Amino acid sequence: MPPIADSILIVLLLMNFFILGTANLRAAIRAVAAQGLLLSVLPLFVESHPTFRLVALVVTTAAIKGVVIPALLLKALRDVHIRHEVEPYLGFVPSLFLCATGTALALLFADHLPLAPAERASLFVPASLATLLAGFLVLTTRRKAISQVTGYLVLENGIYVFGLLLYQAMVVEVGVLLDLLVGIFVMGIVLNHIQREFSSVDTERLSRLRE
Amino acid sequence: MTLLLIVVPLLGALAAFLAPSDRVRPWVVAFVAALHTALTLVVVGTNRSDVFHSSWLSLDALGRLALPVMSILFLICAAYSVGYLHVRANRPNRVFCTALLGFLAMTTLVALAQHLTIVWMGMEATTLTTAVLLYFNQNRRSLEATWKYLMICSVGIALALLGTLFLAYGALLGLGEPTLLFSDLIRGAARLPAPWVRTAFVFLLVGYGTKMGLAPMHTWKPDAYGEAPGVVGALLAGGLTTAAFLALLRVYRIVDAAGQGRFARDLLVLFGIVSMATAATFMVAQRDFKRLLAYSSVEHMGILVLGIGIGGAGIFAALLHVINNAFGKAVLFLAAGNIHRAFKSKRLEDVTGALRRVPLSAALFVAGFFAITGSPPFGPFVSELSVLLAAIGRHRYVIGALYLFLLAVVFIGMGSTVFAVVQGNPPEDPAGTGFRDSASKTVPIFAALGLVLLMGIWIPAPVSALLHDAARFLGGS
Repeated sequence: MPPIADSILIVLLLMNFFILGTANLRAAIRAVAAQGLLLSVLPLFVESHPTFRLVALVVTTAAIKGVVIPALLLKALRDVHIRHEVEPYLGFVPSLFLCATGTALALLFADHLPLAPAERASLFVPASLATLLAGFLVLTTRRKAISQVTGYLVLENGIYVFGLLLYQAMVVEVGVLLDLLVGIFVMGIVLNHIQREFSSVDTERLSRLRE
Repeated sequence: MTLLLIVVPLLGALAAFLAPSDRVRPWVVAFVAALHTALTLVVVGTNRSDVFHSSWLSLDALGRLALPVMSILFLICAAYSVGYLHVRANRPNRVFCTALLGFLAMTTLVALAQHLTIVWMGMEATTLTTAVLLYFNQNRRSLEATWKYLMICSVGIALALLGTLFLAYGALLGLGEPTLLFSDLIRGAARLPAPWVRTAFVFLLVGYGTKMGLAPMHTWKPDAYGEAPGVVGALLAGGLTTAAFLALLRVYRIVDAAGQGRFARDLLVLFGIVSMATAATFMVAQRDFKRLLAYSSVEHMGILVLGIGIGGAGIFAALLHVINNAFGKAVLFLAAGNIHRAFKSKRLEDVTGALRRVPLSAALFVAGFFAITGSPPFGPFVSELSVLLAAIGRHRYVIGALYLFLLAVVFIGMGSTVFAVVQGNPPEDPAGTGFRDSASKTVPIFAALGLVLLMGIWIPAPVSALLHDAARFLGGS
């Protein structure tokens, strides 16, 4: 693996800490978007032949993880007047501490797993596990539905990193189905707010609002 | 022919979506369900050969056992939903009926899949369709339950994907190519690197275990089963869990072939006992009879994995329990749905004397209780006893004793709630819920009860053959 891939993965790991540590929801969503964009270029360092599949993977990953989903989340944030504080169950310091411990454990654990010679030195496996764990932490320690969704996105990014080790097997693409779930989550958040305002989502009641 | 099993419900879903009237749609569902069951019986009855099959979709011994169970269960639920949706005629049912048939198509896909990625995709799609079914009542509580279900199961499904990827990476290292076809993995199992196989199994167990509702990943279950219509509860507790268990069994088979069977079985025993203990704890003094059934489902998922974990004769017992659990849960959830309708409440404070208001449904509810807790002459008695005997036969005395103790706690805990529901006098009902027993809403439940009874008295020879095939397939006896 070229050293540049490892540098990208290190930036990815640092961003996990930022997402976990920031108190501002908007900043967290933007950071997840940046993570998505960063991950989208990663395949270029795994596979050197510029095939159609490679280009398609880079473009769709950037579009979905970097643009569409974060935009949907930001739009939901604006439209339904969610306050921008993160409201964690667990304080920032303990959660950062847990994330650091998790990252260290991921590094140790990945050391025990046999790797193909080409990947021996690279950070793919520990970065994947650590990102998964960071996502799980965000998901479980935040009160707001929308922060839970950002956590899920981070978790998904962790899986994507590992999927790249299996580039030939065409399994990275399967991960797109997880984004489908994220779309449903956003829908759920919007529905929830419609409901809070109308006390029911009967379309009949909503249709009264048409001109 | 096999492919038709998926295509028919998908076309049915399209037809249900396009059908113009709310009255027609439930009949479309019932018709497609009947067609699916007929097709399944033909396919399972004729195509009895090849254990190894290299194509991506085919019926192996496990599929031949699970598919008829899921298909017949769906038929029972579809028949029930004709009457149910008639009662709920004030709600548009287009999305609901489409999702029902989509659910059938996707569980069938899981049963047929011979490729781990296809299994995963099937499970992911069932998550989506189930979310729609859970949201049928469209109120705040059902939205919350759906959210919880979707969030927890999505994490589960993500972990299962990672586990799948781990196994593929193991195959890349051991076999030289990242294959996920079961036949390839089984053939080359000895060469898969043990650390990856173990890690993959842990992730897949937690992932698919979340969808089964094993403790401690079961927390979505009480809310989802509590808020969903009874018919959806029956489909989840009998059908979705069976599909998830099937996915887990396929993974177990690979792990066992790779020489890590002992590791896998120890984990399964642990999850089994923890699930049963968690369920028992929450079933004692449970005031909500639909949540009670949710915990009962957690308990039975525990019994299933415990049976596999014990191994040997326990595998046969667990597979037999798959059948008993599916139809036993249908009886309980559908009967509970009727009682819920008749009282407009599922809390013990409001619901007493169900035997007087809806005598047939209440009687079925009690019969379902005796069946699922393992009283003779019903099927679960045989399978639950077989798990115990398997534990003794394999010298797992402590596990056997714990199992017996937890079954007893569940019996007492569940019994006190069930009898509080059916006995006594019904409360004053000035407004009148208007819901009383009717043939369309009890005959399907009787059919399910009949099947549970049949499995307890005499297991038909073809079913017995399917069970033995499947048990051998998993390395049991």
